[in-house]
Amino acid sequence: MNRMVVLTGNEVEAEAMRQINPHVVAAYPITPQTEIIQLFTGYVVDGRVDTELIRVESEHSAMSACIGAAAAGCRVMTATSSQGLALMWEVLYIAASLRLPIVMAVVNRALSGNINIHCDHSDSMGARDAGWVQLFSSNVQEAYDTMIQAVRVAEQACLPVMVMTDGFLTSHEAEPVLLYPDDQVRAFIGPYRPGYALLDVDHPITVGPLDFHDYYFEHKRSQAAAITDAAGVIDQVAREFEQAFGSRYHAVEPYRLHDATVGIVAIGSTCGTAEEAVDAARSRGIAAGLLKLRVFRPFPLPQIVAGLRHVHAVAVMDRSDGMAGWGGPVGVEIKAALYGLAERPTVIDYVYGLGGREITVEDLVEVCEELHGIADGQDGGEPVRYLGVREEGAIHEPENARREA
Amino acid sequence: MNLKTLAEKPERLTGGHRACAGCSAPVVARQVLMAAEHPVVVGCATSCLEVVTTIFPFTAWKVPYIHCAFENVAATISGVETAYRALRKRGELDRDIRFVAFGGDGGTYDIGLQSLSGALERGHRFLYICYDNEGYMNTGIQRSGATPRGAQTTTSPAGKTTPGKTERRKNLTDCVIAHHIPYVAQAVPTLWKDFMTKVQRGLDAPGPAFINVLSPCTLGWGFDPSLTMEIARLAVETCFWPLYEVVDGRYRLTYRPKEKRPFREWMEKQERFRHLFTDANQPLLDQLQAEVDQEWEGLLRQCEDSKEVVE
Repeated sequence: MNRMVVLTGNEVEAEAMRQINPHVVAAYPITPQTEIIQLFTGYVVDGRVDTELIRVESEHSAMSACIGAAAAGCRVMTATSSQGLALMWEVLYIAASLRLPIVMAVVNRALSGNINIHCDHSDSMGARDAGWVQLFSSNVQEAYDTMIQAVRVAEQACLPVMVMTDGFLTSHEAEPVLLYPDDQVRAFIGPYRPGYALLDVDHPITVGPLDFHDYYFEHKRSQAAAITDAAGVIDQVAREFEQAFGSRYHAVEPYRLHDATVGIVAIGSTCGTAEEAVDAARSRGIAAGLLKLRVFRPFPLPQIVAGLRHVHAVAVMDRSDGMAGWGGPVGVEIKAALYGLAERPTVIDYVYGLGGREITVEDLVEVCEELHGIADGQDGGEPVRYLGVREEGAIHEPENARREA
Repeated sequence: MNLKTLAEKPERLTGGHRACAGCSAPVVARQVLMAAEHPVVVGCATSCLEVVTTIFPFTAWKVPYIHCAFENVAATISGVETAYRALRKRGELDRDIRFVAFGGDGGTYDIGLQSLSGALERGHRFLYICYDNEGYMNTGIQRSGATPRGAQTTTSPAGKTTPGKTERRKNLTDCVIAHHIPYVAQAVPTLWKDFMTKVQRGLDAPGPAFINVLSPCTLGWGFDPSLTMEIARLAVETCFWPLYEVVDGRYRLTYRPKEKRPFREWMEKQERFRHLFTDANQPLLDQLQAEVDQEWEGLLRQCEDSKEVVE
């Protein structure tokens, strides 16, 4: 029997891990992820899972131990946030290159410095080129459902998968959520049968060899094909998930977008806020819509183009600044995605919400109004905008320039 | 353990790898694999050993092998070892397998120290072999925390103002002993029976085991490739590299030189110390001898306290 309960994102991710019952979990505490591992440790010590837990001394070792355990032939999970993900950076690439199906909950938190514990997406966006599948969840139900799907995606695509939630938003806010019975979850994920395993000592393999100019490129090419093909795997797993549990997930999910003239693109918990803003903008006569980005890697290019091609102006909500001098990573990629269209929407990149700065329905209604002006034929203006920041006092001349003056 | 039965054991690290002539690292690896009575899974840190044995599409390893990165072989093998326990617990595996991690001194004394410390503290059942060639030889002979004071490397060259490395080497074996793991030892490949016996004790230990193996590097130390084993042995005879083991905290010297040779004799065989032998450097040479004496005498006291003075 399904159970409707009220839980937080961290609680449902720990619950999904309990149901998945992985062979090995290696993890290290970091806010706001810690709770997942605390709850899961409780399941381990009470014998509610069979998992062997490695309480490592750093996130670098957490991912390294996950790599060892996955290469050994086990189903492996972990969780982290922010600096922890940053510390893993080196080995994230190795996990993906070795094609190890590790599933990691990433509770999004701003990167230092300055140190901050609240939500933005700079941590997972910093890992966007590591070769991992990246799945974002916008609410607690999605977090739970995505953790379950992630195991299948990882094992079928032979790639590691990150499941994102917004720190202290999705992770700590309680919402009604439908939980599925243990046996149904376990039937859905099935047993793990690795293609190769270090512990198959009768068939020794060498994992992670030195790979020079004569082979490295082919290995990267096959890895690139795997991440491209993961789009099909994600969709197939989503279809099977719908058959098993009723909810249908897509790489991108449009909301009132089909007849919209202006569109918002958002990731994570802001999507809920954006849906309300779309409704409010429509009540003010603006034909607004939302494109919710659930899958970021592999980048769902055809779905994004199909979703946005008809709108006149698009606001990309970027919860991290790429520090590239022209906005955040999502904005850059959406613009690139639309470049092939003969008639393209005007795209404005809104950097917002850094370090947990609040975003309100009214903020996003104003965004819709700005887009509406552009769609109406007004000048597009600044292509990169900072939403909800105190500009006064934030922008300085360099210290030494002022001293000389 | 005798040579005849060892010679009959299957080769688990094939020849044809690309180590330098006179390199001690493959000798160390072969002795470890030969001593192991059980199937083993090997982890290897980024190092000369990793580079010369696994150039794709070739591998010299006839046992399961994983290389992940430079600083994390202990964490990586701890994941493999935990996977083993996880599968055994669920009845998905019923083999008796042992786990060995290899790291050079750079990957162990320096960049991998945290990962090693964590894995030791967590109590994984694995044997860590540090093949200590006293520098970053894979990248072209740079100083490490294991490089002895006075040795010349490319980042501690003997110049007009400094006579090679100015800092004392750290004693990693002591650092590992402080983790209170069941088995710690020092060895050299020259005394192969001593080393392989230690490998077997390490693999039989109920938790983490660590063996620090002095592994001369013909290029980095500057000696003729035919002298590798002799130089390793001389490090023992000068008491610079004592052979001992610590079992559950009890120290035991496993080899006592008949006559303690001057440290200078070991240094004189190596190009990296050649600049030291001037009148001006005599105080430094005296200091180096004093440091060797201090560590040796400290070790003897530990052995006496453990009532395990040598045969």
